[in-house]
Amino acid sequence: MAFDRRLIIRFDWTIFWTVLALAVVGLLSIASAAYRGPHKPIDPLVIRQCVWIAAGTVAMLTVVLFDYRALATYAYALYVIAIGLLIAVELIGHSTGGSRRWINLGFFHLEPSELAKLAIVLVMVRYFREEPPKGGWSLRQMVIPAVLLGIPVALVLKQPDLGTALILILITVTLVFVSGLNARTMIVLAFAGLCVMPLGWHYLKPYQRQRLVSFVNPQADPLGSGYHVIQSEIAIGSGGPWGKGFLKGTQARLNFLPEQSTDFIFSVFAEEFGLAGSMLLLSLYAILITRGAWIARHTRDRFGSLLAIGLISIVFWQVAINIGMATGLLPVVGITLPLVSYGGSSLIAMMMAMGLLISINIRRYFF
Amino acid sequence: MAKFRAKSQSTVPKLEPRIALLTAAMLTVFGLVCVRLYYLQVMQHQEMSQLADRNRIRLHRVPAPRGLVFDRRHRPLVDTQPTFDAEIVPEDSTNLSETIERLENLLGGDHVADKIAAADEQGRPPYEPVLVEERLDWPKVVALEAHQLELPGVSLEITPGRHYLYGKLAAHLLGYVGEVSREDLIKQTVYRMGDEIGKFGLERGWEPFLRGQPGGQEVEVDAVGRRLRVLKEIPDTPGESVVLTIDLDVQQAAEQAMEGKNGALVAIDPNTGDVLAMVSHPAFDPDVFGAGVKSSDWRALMSDPDHPLQNRAIQGTYPPGSTFKIVDSIAGLEEKTLAEDTAYTCSGGLWFGGREYHCWRKQGHGTIGLHNAIVRSCDVYFYDVGQRLGVDRIAHWAHALGLGNKTGIELDNEKPGVIPSSAWKQKRFRERWYPAETLSVAIGQGYVSVTPIQLAQLAAVVANGGTRYRPQFVKAVEALDGSIAKAYPPVVEGHADLSPETLAIVRDAMADVVNGPGGTAHRAALPGITVCAKTGTAQVVGNKGTLVAGEDEDKIPEKYRDHAWLIAFAPKEHPQIAIACIVEHGGHGGAAAAPVVHDVMQRFFQLYPPTPPMPELTQAAATEPAIARVLDDDPGTAAER
Repeated sequence: MAFDRRLIIRFDWTIFWTVLALAVVGLLSIASAAYRGPHKPIDPLVIRQCVWIAAGTVAMLTVVLFDYRALATYAYALYVIAIGLLIAVELIGHSTGGSRRWINLGFFHLEPSELAKLAIVLVMVRYFREEPPKGGWSLRQMVIPAVLLGIPVALVLKQPDLGTALILILITVTLVFVSGLNARTMIVLAFAGLCVMPLGWHYLKPYQRQRLVSFVNPQADPLGSGYHVIQSEIAIGSGGPWGKGFLKGTQARLNFLPEQSTDFIFSVFAEEFGLAGSMLLLSLYAILITRGAWIARHTRDRFGSLLAIGLISIVFWQVAINIGMATGLLPVVGITLPLVSYGGSSLIAMMMAMGLLISINIRRYFF
Repeated sequence: MAKFRAKSQSTVPKLEPRIALLTAAMLTVFGLVCVRLYYLQVMQHQEMSQLADRNRIRLHRVPAPRGLVFDRRHRPLVDTQPTFDAEIVPEDSTNLSETIERLENLLGGDHVADKIAAADEQGRPPYEPVLVEERLDWPKVVALEAHQLELPGVSLEITPGRHYLYGKLAAHLLGYVGEVSREDLIKQTVYRMGDEIGKFGLERGWEPFLRGQPGGQEVEVDAVGRRLRVLKEIPDTPGESVVLTIDLDVQQAAEQAMEGKNGALVAIDPNTGDVLAMVSHPAFDPDVFGAGVKSSDWRALMSDPDHPLQNRAIQGTYPPGSTFKIVDSIAGLEEKTLAEDTAYTCSGGLWFGGREYHCWRKQGHGTIGLHNAIVRSCDVYFYDVGQRLGVDRIAHWAHALGLGNKTGIELDNEKPGVIPSSAWKQKRFRERWYPAETLSVAIGQGYVSVTPIQLAQLAAVVANGGTRYRPQFVKAVEALDGSIAKAYPPVVEGHADLSPETLAIVRDAMADVVNGPGGTAHRAALPGITVCAKTGTAQVVGNKGTLVAGEDEDKIPEKYRDHAWLIAFAPKEHPQIAIACIVEHGGHGGAAAAPVVHDVMQRFFQLYPPTPPMPELTQAAATEPAIARVLDDDPGTAAER
């Protein structure tokens, strides 16, 4: 295939620059979280994140070249590969902090649960690309998606990675909703969801229950998990309207925040850049989401449309849960802030997702 | 959701309303987040800023006090006492160089800046305290306390420190603690950098019980780093206590008797294998290891030619000398190569293979029977016994009686020693066994080497009639509520089938070693109690088998003098204690080791009167005249080789 000039003319610069802006926000926040004083060299975390951003940009542009419609053919194959990697984690995975989430590739610790999010979007979109019957999907047609969802959810719960399992479920629910259900199915599913909740409590690990308890009442365990939420709120609140300034945050310096460069990166950023910075950050995500939704509405094929929805739902749910957790609105679950948190797997996977979005936007004219 | 289903022919418009709804929902959620952020960052800003400013809350790991160690009568031997460490949080100091200077003046030395630099080098997070000096002595504690206001960022940390109540007493058995090493940190996840861990002896072996569970503290400190209050505390769980089989008084008597001597003593209860006392001299002071041994102290211990860190009781291997004649006698009697009335004429030496093997008594013992051969320790008699037996049968019985194997005591690095046999020599030197070598073996020289605890085992086996109990020095582990968390009942390691006749012959002879005419250990005698014993002399250098008798001990430089052995048990009728004692370079066993054993036994029987109680054994038993009478019987020249 010769290089198509339309790839440049119709390139979606809005998404591209927004993604890069978010990556820069992430870089600043990681630099701040890892800051050790004026005389210390730049933390290796920052340098590595720079490398991931460069690699992610290349991955994003490569995906743009690729016609997303071909993904419909490969969706199930990619899904099987992702499941294979999740099983591989079980077998040969590398564990830190009690959970087994990574595969050591030598130069890179691959986190297959990040790829699983993309895989679940693809496979669900592939399934729902067919036109639903009159009145919407019936309950019987939900069996296959339930199985397709159940396998990766079970595998990530085994790691254990409650956050990713939750995201996988939420993405699927979003896609099911958008692709259209009949009223009866919707009521039954909603009821089933309510019934599963107390059952889910039973299967939670003690520390996960502890988090829920301390969400309801942070003072119940201020030294343990409640402590993190309290410290995170203090960090964000003390930032004020304009923030304390880059590298001037004290909460991060004092090591009060756990996972400062991953799950609690927002607190580090909000402390130093204040409400103004937080609003800017949320605006960047809002741009991605509205742009993605716009693309979904203007794409002529159902597959591309649903794919765009699936991709922005990854961004939305992660942002909502991550910031909700940091601000004390939601219980603590380990979920990264997309494009901002430290981590090669999540960054590259997310940039590839954004590349796909651009790819859909370019090709919606191609019909 | 059917109402969103548009009637359009195109598929996309069907999705469109739901996409719009979804987008609106997503942006609403973002809006909610914005409201929350506004609440935190604007409305609550003042309050949160204050909290952040005051936020000098530190998470502290609170080490658990280690468990106590008691003797068999529940008297404390090791406890845990508060010690003071000086710490500094450099970030809390307004003028760091000034603070460092003042601190160095108070503590003496100039190590503070180096310690901070070293900690920073290792990636110390900001506001993490740097340990400046551990185990401060009292004047320094007072000085720091008094000058606290001039020392912003400096604090005194109270930590439980290990304290050995009797200093060097049973140091090798109790062991010591030290800072956890890198290897231990990698192997075991329960430890953190700086934690204490048992490094040696009981402290190491019983670490899982003694350790306890560290707690945690959320501590608020003020602007200069002083602790204001503890906000939240997860209490620590102290370690469990260990009750030893050691008796403090017997141990003290043994330590005292060995004072100034190098060597070892092991006393065990022949009926259970309980270790009543275990001494290895020279000893070390376990307190110097607590939290950061000074390198000068460590070097001094390591380079000491007397090896104070070696536990001679289980690691020192020595030729058993004439104590081995007990093994010969039992082996001969059981194998029927020897009878009670077997007589042999000792002319002061024996020609074998073109060479003369001497008896220690140059002029010889004349015609002598088994009983007197043991009592007077005639070498020539036992050359003959050994020859009749052959080395392999001697080895079989030596092993059966507890020699040449690890006894199984739960201390690290116990040495097995060597009991030679023809198979052993073939394996070790790829050479056949020469009959002449059996002669050396018969008198406990040559290749034979044993540890003091093995000889104590031998004495115990003869005392109890053949059972080898595993020597154990822990009676029980006690939980915090005082209940027994783990008990250590006697463990039988093996059993030697000894006929009552054999036992009677050997015991009678051993009793006369102490009490009979010509016996070699009169100094071990106790009034009213029949002590059974056998002396021995372990040659220090070379001349295996060729024994030069009659040299005056005092003329030989000390380091070439022989080691003195005594093994003993008492009372003869129903033994309660079995002892092996070696005094390095002590010369003859009867002269050097017997008084030590005497002192230990005397103390033991004061505390645990023989059953049935002997009417004579009162306090008067320990008085001067009694000892003098014993000494009168033995002019002290009844030396033996």
